[in-house]
Amino acid sequence: MDEDEKNETALGACHMCLAIPGKIVEISSTNPESATVDVVGVRRKVDLGLLEKDRPVPGDWVLIHVGFAMSKISEQDALDQMNTLRMLGESEAAMQEIEGYGLYDYDTGKPKSA
Amino acid sequence: MKFVDEFREPELITRTADEIRRLADPGRHYRLMEVCGGHTHAIYRFGLKDLLPENIELIHGPGCPVCVLPMGRIDDGLSMAQRPDVIFTAFGDMMRVPGTKGSPLEHKARGMDVRIVYSPTDALKLACSNPDKHVMFFAIGFETTAPSTALTLLRARAEGIRNFSVFCNHVTIIPAIRAILDSPDMRLDAFIGPGHVSTVIGCRPYEWIASDEGKPIVVSGFEPLDMLQSIVMILRQLNAGETKVENQYKRVVPWEGNPAALKAMAQVFQLRPYFEWRGLGFISQSALRIRDSFAEWDSEQRFEIPGLRVTDPKAAQCGEVLKGVLKPHQCKLFGRECTPEMPVGALMVSSEGSCAAYYSYEHRKTAMVNILSPTA
Repeated sequence: MDEDEKNETALGACHMCLAIPGKIVEISSTNPESATVDVVGVRRKVDLGLLEKDRPVPGDWVLIHVGFAMSKISEQDALDQMNTLRMLGESEAAMQEIEGYGLYDYDTGKPKSA
Repeated sequence: MKFVDEFREPELITRTADEIRRLADPGRHYRLMEVCGGHTHAIYRFGLKDLLPENIELIHGPGCPVCVLPMGRIDDGLSMAQRPDVIFTAFGDMMRVPGTKGSPLEHKARGMDVRIVYSPTDALKLACSNPDKHVMFFAIGFETTAPSTALTLLRARAEGIRNFSVFCNHVTIIPAIRAILDSPDMRLDAFIGPGHVSTVIGCRPYEWIASDEGKPIVVSGFEPLDMLQSIVMILRQLNAGETKVENQYKRVVPWEGNPAALKAMAQVFQLRPYFEWRGLGFISQSALRIRDSFAEWDSEQRFEIPGLRVTDPKAAQCGEVLKGVLKPHQCKLFGRECTPEMPVGALMVSSEGSCAAYYSYEHRKTAMVNILSPTA
């Protein structure tokens, strides 16, 4: 069983429908539409291109869908959302998805190590 | 009930459930449709039915994008990706969905270059780093994921990345609701509106449901308390003889939606005249295609699309279940020919499909009944 297959058997949730809460840690200095988020200790790049009118700043919380920050939320709502994912049995799927973002490096095309 | 203790604010949940009991007229039967597959999954997972009086029935709607995708589209996507220079990419959700000749994962086992991506931008990056290959992204989802695909295509064009294309299977929720309301055997009192789709489209697109169709709709969050509060809001409207659009999920859903997301979608997509939905048939203007100005990045325009159609077996009653005419276990195939391991019909395909959710959480309770009286 290879990595993709293993990922697939582990999940029950619909990944693309998950809304994952993350905290903006840093905005890229070269690309204002790229930010680093922290999701329960895991840091990944997300895209801010769909929040052009209401750009988040470091410290803000966002809901992430398929690698894109889709809405700004409060810290309390972020914690509640993580709790909901946990209760739904979807927190593992959410973490797996977060760890999957930026799997392929722009320059080398090689899968990045997590 | 067993989950109540895990919930946040269990007392508030109990109070809200009591309020629902107070509001529900015992002489009336309420049929509420939750449109979104995420809600369906949550309802079963949380055992919310156990908190509701028996005369409130929840009907599971069409909002599971994997479930409503016709098998022919999976075949089409895989067939275009047969070429040795093509890398086929899709969300993990698609990997086990069966086509006529197997799922994407099975095609991978046969040697096709099939890869999971978690974001469409990762598919685009893969194209950058594999200039001698063509990367096809199998795009799927409602308005929650369509803006991400749109923005990725805008980037592909801006950056001149030409070895990338999207096989677009995005669908829109409003025409599906309209199709359900138009069907002659429809019997619904109100809607629990989708949470995350509404983050993008806002609440305004639902206004016709309240004003023209006379059905309340309350956009709802996904926590147990959210959904119970939404049911309270619906019952209050029904009891007062009102029909309006209300937003229970204000903390996430702005009334006007996400303008940047809507703009990106409008730039890249246009409505298809019609599109087939598994279980519901052809629905006018219910899906998105890529505009001609992006033809170079449209798999359907770049490659020859076979246009395959695979009809579900007549015995599968997905349409009736989607419209709330039948409960999942009342379908002739449920739990016998059609199971999550070997899905025949659309709603058994993903964990958010009502049949798969019902199978996972309720099947044990009803299995005996179903076996003892198969026509029940």
